Amino acid sequence: MRSSWWKILSVVLVAYAIIGGLLLPVPARHILNETVRNLYFHVPMWFGMMLLFGYSFYYSLMYLRKQQMEYDIKAVAFLKIGVLFSCLGMVTGMEWATYTWGEAWSNDPKQLATAICMLSYFAYLILRGGIKDEEKRAKIAAVYNVFAFALMIPLLFVLPRMVDSLHPGNGGNPGFNAYDLDSRMRMVFYPAVIGWFLLGMWMSTLHARINILRYKKENTF
Amino acid sequence: MKQLVTLIQKDLLIEWRQKHTLFGVLLYVGATVFAVYIMNGQPEIKVWNALFWITQLFVAVNSVAKSFLQEHPNRFRYYFTIVRPSTFLLAKMIYSIVLMLGISFISLALFTIMLGNPLSQTAVFIGVTAAGSISLSAVFTFLSAIAARAQQNAALMAILGFPLVIPVLMMLQNLALSAIAPVYQEGWWLLLLVLLALSIMVIILGLILFPFLWQE
Repeated sequence: MRSSWWKILSVVLVAYAIIGGLLLPVPARHILNETVRNLYFHVPMWFGMMLLFGYSFYYSLMYLRKQQMEYDIKAVAFLKIGVLFSCLGMVTGMEWATYTWGEAWSNDPKQLATAICMLSYFAYLILRGGIKDEEKRAKIAAVYNVFAFALMIPLLFVLPRMVDSLHPGNGGNPGFNAYDLDSRMRMVFYPAVIGWFLLGMWMSTLHARINILRYKKENTF
Repeated sequence: MKQLVTLIQKDLLIEWRQKHTLFGVLLYVGATVFAVYIMNGQPEIKVWNALFWITQLFVAVNSVAKSFLQEHPNRFRYYFTIVRPSTFLLAKMIYSIVLMLGISFISLALFTIMLGNPLSQTAVFIGVTAAGSISLSAVFTFLSAIAARAQQNAALMAILGFPLVIPVLMMLQNLALSAIAPVYQEGWWLLLLVLLALSIMVIILGLILFPFLWQE
């Protein structure tokens, strides 16, 4: 993990996503028009967030099994960057919705589900803030993280599929789905997803490494 | 099994002996319904439904919070020596489910008396209320265990719990609406199944995670 090839890759891919995302041609779609480019920035945030929360969940499980502080530090680092990604995803989504759905907040089930998800992770950070003892904080936070993640899965994957959404590809809305996301967009979209995710990984591991050093030196973080 | 029954009996007995907390919650329900009535009179069906579930949420926070938070932290160490953690959590969950069921039916009665009775399928609505009480009290019992271990009050439990129970409330509200309005709703059974699966998952997760929470 220490070798830096994937960090260079992430910079290259994100740079490509920004430059290519803004300049390369996109298919003209009714209503969406050029806002379709938001796909390269908005959607990777959600993929990145899910993966980062997944890693955080994994490290919380590992903490419960092994009881080593290192795992707790990693869990919280991944979770914080996941929260950052979710905020960015929400902002880009609301900005986009202003121009396509007519308003930033329009009671869309996916939007609601992510807002709830964000609230529960903010609650995790508040829970951590309320406990002074590191060992105890690690244990309680890990338990809550596992509990919350397990309850979020039905929320994010099951419920939005049971109701119609305003999101492109749902319920006859204008836009793309798996079949008409054309090859020109794919050329940018997949690298963008990988690039943003690697950037998130980089940020999280950096944050975790700083806190692990601080914990070893000062016995607190 | 015997331990489980004894623990539930103990909690219910304490509840009955310290009547002031039980009646405190009942007064809380009554006062809430009265306050809603004063502000809104008899609302229309959808508002009635929303108000009912919001009341249920706050009643759950207030009544279920007691399950762990009322015990002295030192007493947990004593329980730790005599029972398995999963038995202890299960006992607390069953106790709060029983309590919550009772209070829910009382608040349903108060709602129909004071805010009007829009129910077209009363039996179905009672069933949904029971399912709601079970899932709400299961979630909040576990969260009150977390709050108690963090040596915090019921406010933390509410902060942790509200985001987690919003999906449960959304499902309950949809289910209840189909019991109120005589319209056919597509996917009704699926929603009920998801709700049941979620409740069972909360209980199983609680049983798995609680031992970690309990050890010092």
